[in-house]
Amino acid sequence: MTTAMASAQAGSAALAHRAARDRHARLRRRAGSALTGLAALIVFVASVFPVYWMVNTSFQPNSQVRGSELHFWPDNGTLDNYANVILGDTRAPFAPALVNSLTISLITVAVALVFAFLAALAVTRFRFRSRAGLIIAILIVQMIPAEAMIISIFRLVDGWHLLNSVLGLSAVYIATVLPFTIWTLRGFVNGVPAELEEAAMIDGLSRAGAFWRITFPLLAPGLVATGIFGFIQAWNEFVFALVLNPRPEAMTLPVWLRTFLDPNGGINWAELMAASTLVAIPVVIFFLLVQKRMTGGLVAGAVKG
Amino acid sequence: MSIASSRLTPAVLPVDGDGALMPPVEEPPSRRRRFARAGGFTPYALLTPALIALLVITGWPLLQLGIMSFQEYGRAQVFGAAPEFVGIDNYVAILTDPEFWGVLGRSVVFAAVCVVTTMVLGTLVALLLNQLGTVLRTIVSVGLLLAWAMPPLSATIVWGWIFDTQYGVLNHILTDWFGLDFEGHSWLIEPLSFFFVAAIIIVWGAVPFVAFMLYAGLTQVPEDVLEAAQLDGAGGVQRFFLVVVPFIKPILVIVTILQVIWDLRVFTQIYALQSIGGLAEQTNTLGVYIYRVSLGSADFGIGGAVSVILVLLLVAVSIFYVRQTVKEDAL
Repeated sequence: MTTAMASAQAGSAALAHRAARDRHARLRRRAGSALTGLAALIVFVASVFPVYWMVNTSFQPNSQVRGSELHFWPDNGTLDNYANVILGDTRAPFAPALVNSLTISLITVAVALVFAFLAALAVTRFRFRSRAGLIIAILIVQMIPAEAMIISIFRLVDGWHLLNSVLGLSAVYIATVLPFTIWTLRGFVNGVPAELEEAAMIDGLSRAGAFWRITFPLLAPGLVATGIFGFIQAWNEFVFALVLNPRPEAMTLPVWLRTFLDPNGGINWAELMAASTLVAIPVVIFFLLVQKRMTGGLVAGAVKG
Repeated sequence: MSIASSRLTPAVLPVDGDGALMPPVEEPPSRRRRFARAGGFTPYALLTPALIALLVITGWPLLQLGIMSFQEYGRAQVFGAAPEFVGIDNYVAILTDPEFWGVLGRSVVFAAVCVVTTMVLGTLVALLLNQLGTVLRTIVSVGLLLAWAMPPLSATIVWGWIFDTQYGVLNHILTDWFGLDFEGHSWLIEPLSFFFVAAIIIVWGAVPFVAFMLYAGLTQVPEDVLEAAQLDGAGGVQRFFLVVVPFIKPILVIVTILQVIWDLRVFTQIYALQSIGGLAEQTNTLGVYIYRVSLGSADFGIGGAVSVILVLLLVAVSIFYVRQTVKEDAL
């Protein structure tokens, strides 16, 4: 009897204890989720604020930007800054810079993709002497900084009489993006099992035929993603563009953007933000399109092929 | 280590449900090897275009750079005078120049601060992404992607605007909202403050990359191992350092080395920030210093010697990267 009661008591005590513990855990979880929510908010705001502030400023008249009040929304919204930046003739013109950037980036991507694709095939689908050494060399070449090469590249391109030309800068960019492109494509090609090709060859296709009909279509998304990434690199590149193509008619967009930074004349921030937005838009769009694949590709490049 | 890396593979390659792009996880290397064959000249033919491009536009200039660093090469030589070999004079000149040591020390310390900050924040953000539900995680990811996608030059200019002396939003807010005396405060004139701003720009741009890489790794840490650790009484911090870190170590190491390399060679952010309003002499890092010595002062011999030192420094760091990569990857 007493033992039964004692055990019942103990049972209800345990029950109450457990309820209390659950309540605690729930509270702690709720506090925890409030904390993670707060952290998420901070990370989001910190990431987005500069981008938002750039776009916000770009739609305000410069007089308002220089006013004593902050405007978190472009209330007197205007497109004047964009019009001035695109059509104005006081600085280097926009149109040629846009055309140069587009042409150079496209040439770079087209050539680099073909070259890199062939090279990636060689290192993935064939065994040959010094293969491992070659891959290591590609990895190291990728790390050589452009800044260290500016002088000798300048002399090289000058020697070809290709300063201030589309071709000269494109050639340099092709070499710049090649190692990364080869490395990434190598990862993608490795991802397609060679057994698929083997099977197709057993069914009577030639080795090349098996590759084109079976493996190549599977690689297309990887090729597109890698190509867009190369495009972004060429579009953003600054050092070589600054040194090799300084003439207004030969400038690319980043160098054009830099002409707005004139510390002596005072900076027109509203126009500068419009110009920055124009340079950033294509990159941001492309980036959002390919990031998922490239996040993988980047680690693949870095970690595993 | 090898277990961790083989488990990582699926996350590591294209995510999208494109099963075809995923590597066969446990493919024995011998199989690929059996299929891959010598192929005679074919591989060399395939490699030729890429190798020629790299030899002409990277190899040759690199060789020239090495030669130039042993030459007297100034304005006269640019206009056609024959360069004269001066032995190691350029190197002696640099290594005895306190300005060079200042630049080198500044670059190394600055890179170290940026790398540590980036890695710590990146890891925290990755852990946060791992904690969040789908909706919040998507929102935060989009924000991070925007920061990641911003071209470095645009980003630097925007931050320069935020930190602007007269009209910048930061001085506005610090003065009006918090009653601090920041009206007309210049953030760029003082070298330490200049590098503080530069570090914010660089870390802001690099954290998303680190966070996404590490998050991809975190999703591969098996739940049951974490649960087992919890049952054994390991707290959150212990679980992170004893279970999670060993699992994501390969990614952690490689991402850190990449950050070291990228931050040591930083150019755009420093150069643009100097254009907005820093004092160049006190804020040069190696990349910018090379640019200013060679193209500003037309002293290509000295610039070449500094370049060679930068290349050697980065190749030395790269060797760690290559070793780690090769360890993870049967070439």
